[in-house]
Amino acid sequence: MGRIEIDETRCKGCGLCTTACHLKLISLTREINVLGFTPAVTTNRERCTGCALCAQLCPDLAITVFKDK
Amino acid sequence: MAFDYEKYIRPGKLPHIWCPGCGHGIVMKGMIRAMDTLGLEKNNTAIVSGIGCASRLPGYIDCCTLHTAHGRAAAFATGVKLAKPEMTVILVGGDGDGTAIGGNHFIHACRRNIDMTYIIMNNYIYGMTGGQFSPTTPHMHKASTTPYGNPDPSFDIAKLAIGAGATFVARGTAFHANQIDKLIVEAIQHKGFSVVEILDDCPTTYGRRNKFKSVIEMMNRLKEVAVPVKAAEKMTPEQLAGKVLTGILYKEDKPEYCSEYQKVIERAGGAAR
Ligand SMILES: Cc1ncc(C[n+]2csc(CCOP(=O)(O)OP(=O)(O)O)c2C)c(N)n1
Ligand code: SF4
Ligand code: SF4
Ligand code: SF4
Ligand SMILES: [Mg+2]
Repeated sequence: MGRIEIDETRCKGCGLCTTACHLKLISLTREINVLGFTPAVTTNRERCTGCALCAQLCPDLAITVFKDK
Repeated sequence: MAFDYEKYIRPGKLPHIWCPGCGHGIVMKGMIRAMDTLGLEKNNTAIVSGIGCASRLPGYIDCCTLHTAHGRAAAFATGVKLAKPEMTVILVGGDGDGTAIGGNHFIHACRRNIDMTYIIMNNYIYGMTGGQFSPTTPHMHKASTTPYGNPDPSFDIAKLAIGAGATFVARGTAFHANQIDKLIVEAIQHKGFSVVEILDDCPTTYGRRNKFKSVIEMMNRLKEVAVPVKAAEKMTPEQLAGKVLTGILYKEDKPEYCSEYQKVIERAGGAAR
């Protein structure tokens, strides 16, 4: 099992993580962040496997993955 | 916790300047992972760039960095490497910087086979200055300076590098993010001039003019066109039409420039290293 944290202050809302996650656990919000973009958020967090595909593709180093043993 | 990029990022430098979805950030992360895999020491690693969005990369990295003149990364880097051959020297830049204004420096660094690694982020356009066509803009694609389509044929950077004498040439894409660090690790380990071309995306100045609805579409395009060299061996020319080979495309052992230069120093009566 895993967990991700999205740094909202770095996210530019490009959406790449939303397609990278094969479980579709990430979506973009409609709120505007400090950079003026609509940042990504996780849904159904308990299903996250910690595979890190989302973080691998994030150009803005906004996603940190934690993997529980 | 998974990989920690922050230890190689200069404090307070993020968020970076790149647009939403620009692949340059993905390439930078791949380069950082490669540096970590090889355990490169910050004081013994130089990252050198020219000018362009791609060339902004060294500013974010906590090691020895040089942000030089447009197209001149290879010239400055050659100076660093000759003065300090023990240093790991990495060049980074874009297609415009490396194959247009810097094309000459690029081919001669290849020809000399000097032990450095050149990561070239090919987004097919001059991103920074508003999307003028570059030597890699595909035939009949649109740029701000070719609004009706680009009549020029484009350079194949990898072939150009091989033809000019580079002894390690690889290609990856921003979409295949987990392959980027592996290619860069091999490139740095190779003794000689190594070129790693990463097919990249510029949604802002190239994507929107060429009917890509989103950065996701641009990434899907990279996913579709890329064929690993191994897989290509089993494919027919018809199946390979319009595809681009990825992976290690060329590798050869040849005399390296710093070593050859040292021989000249010693012949002229200079000190041995
Ligand atoms: C001598 C000189 N000529 C022109 C320019 C303007 N200029 C700045 S960046 C650039 C093109 C960069 O394109 P590329 O290397 O592909 O990088 P990208 O922005 O696409 O990442 C140009 C022409 C300059 N800065 N200096
Ligand atoms: S770590 Fe994997 S499963 Fe979890 S959100 Fe990211 S892509 Fe989805
Ligand atoms: S990939 Fe990164 S910057 Fe893009 S939406 Fe996801 S978290 Fe934000
Ligand atoms: S203009 Fe293009 S190359 Fe430059 S940061 Fe934006 S997307 Fe990237
Ligand atoms: Mg470019």
